[in-house]
Amino acid sequence: MSVRRVEERPNGPEPDDIPLTVHEPHRAGIPPLEPYFKELWARRHFASAYSSAGIRAANVQTFFGQAWLVINPTLLALVYFMLVSVIGAGGDGTFQSGMAVLAHITSGLFLFTFVSAAMQTGAGAITGGGKLILNTAFPRMLLPLAQVRTAFFRFLPTLPVFVVIRILAGEPWTLAISLCLFFLGTAVLMAIGLAAAMATFQVYFRDASSFLPYLSRIWLYLSPVLWFPEKMLDKIGMWANLNPMFSIVGGWSETALNGQVPPLWMFGFALGWSVVIAVAGVLFFMSRERDFSVRI
Amino acid sequence: MSASEIEPVIRVTRDGVTRPAIKVDDLTIRYRTTYEKTPTFKTAIVRFGRGQRAVSIVEAVKNLSFDIPEGTALGVIGANGAGKSTLMRSVGGVLTPSSGRIEVRGQVSMLTLGVGFNGNLTGRENVVLGGLAGGLTREQVAARAEMIADFAEIGEFMDMPIRTYSSGMYQRLAFSVAVHMDPDILIVDEALSAGDASFREKAAARMKELMGEARAMLLVSHSLGSIKDLCDEVIWLHKGRLMMHASPDECIDAYTKFLHVGENAFTMDDM
Repeated sequence: MSVRRVEERPNGPEPDDIPLTVHEPHRAGIPPLEPYFKELWARRHFASAYSSAGIRAANVQTFFGQAWLVINPTLLALVYFMLVSVIGAGGDGTFQSGMAVLAHITSGLFLFTFVSAAMQTGAGAITGGGKLILNTAFPRMLLPLAQVRTAFFRFLPTLPVFVVIRILAGEPWTLAISLCLFFLGTAVLMAIGLAAAMATFQVYFRDASSFLPYLSRIWLYLSPVLWFPEKMLDKIGMWANLNPMFSIVGGWSETALNGQVPPLWMFGFALGWSVVIAVAGVLFFMSRERDFSVRI
Repeated sequence: MSASEIEPVIRVTRDGVTRPAIKVDDLTIRYRTTYEKTPTFKTAIVRFGRGQRAVSIVEAVKNLSFDIPEGTALGVIGANGAGKSTLMRSVGGVLTPSSGRIEVRGQVSMLTLGVGFNGNLTGRENVVLGGLAGGLTREQVAARAEMIADFAEIGEFMDMPIRTYSSGMYQRLAFSVAVHMDPDILIVDEALSAGDASFREKAAARMKELMGEARAMLLVSHSLGSIKDLCDEVIWLHKGRLMMHASPDECIDAYTKFLHVGENAFTMDDM
């Protein structure tokens, strides 16, 4: 057998400059973390472009366009205002107490909606990825992360609506309000973990997204949104923290709305739950992601 | 002629070490896939009731080995279900080998029709998304957007939503995005059928130009004419196995004989 030898192109780069990629069978489980997260970081602009493109595309054919980002939470607040004022679900009947209840509901509701929206849109992150997943190699975690970013950017316009209601309710402005960033951070971690877990789950069971709206509705009623945290604490004490959202939503309302420093255990449970769910969700996703391109 | 009889082209570096651009070593790819296209709770419960297994195993590529020296354009031919696209996706890093190993030297760009454009976004926005997904930075994408638009010849449609495009415009844009990624290794899967005759000519010219720059190219096509025109080596796959690795003429002859069709206008164009 003869071998044809061809000299290296004189102007070509030295072979050592070119990175060598080796594709080998992975052992079951999680891919090497360091290169994975390096690659994830290098492609972060894709996740943000993918997410903002999704936000732009979502309302492009509607009359109000991007204004829906503010209209939605306003309508939501209005619906709950009806609940509070017309049906008389809370307060002693005066405008001020009605507003106080409404402010409590919207503060918790908007944050809860962020987490549940991340979970629900995250569920479709992989199954909706289509050709992108089949034809492009990148860390798949970018897709649920993009959905969390989308949910977060839909949450941001709710803040001005909340602030207006807060002013109408006459809540005090204190330094403790800044602590709400801590609880917002835990909500983001929780959203990442849930989006990753649901995205994976949805690949194997396409019905998952049909159950999710009901699941998140039940979760909403179990969280201190329509009722005050003290009510549950009086009933079952610390067991209330079996619900991961209890301290996150409770702490958020306590700081962002009431301007008070919540008890230390609220910080602890919020951080503990959100870290556990984020790590578990992301690792579950990463352990299954090599399967995605043959499953969708 | 079998794979072992082919005269390999080996590029020798100045220090005398040979390095193939792509080295595929005893590659096997098995899919564990579900019977149903969409797995649901209902089907899972029904299957469980009947005591059936949830997954079937498909061996799409079996014990495949070959090297692609730098500067080579390798054509991949074979009937439907031969494992061509599976092989391309595994070289591109989308599918993980079940056993064996693939070494790829340099950045890979996969040129396939339909990179996942969003119909509600403009061509320009989709170009940015496609570029970022392929690993370019924002600056690189912005710098190339005009070149991509010019090459695709879509004019003012670049700033219109993709859903308003004709299918030819869509394909031209997809092709244009992929060929402007400056890859070391270019993988082309059935993407040469984009557009009309004049665009196809331009596309073929651009592919040849890229070959001058790229370290290697893999071309999957049913158009044996394109394979003959663009490639200097060909592998023929059948049901996941390597049937032949030879020069384009030899491989295409054997392949068309195998299919009992012979070379004619149809096979040379689209088969």
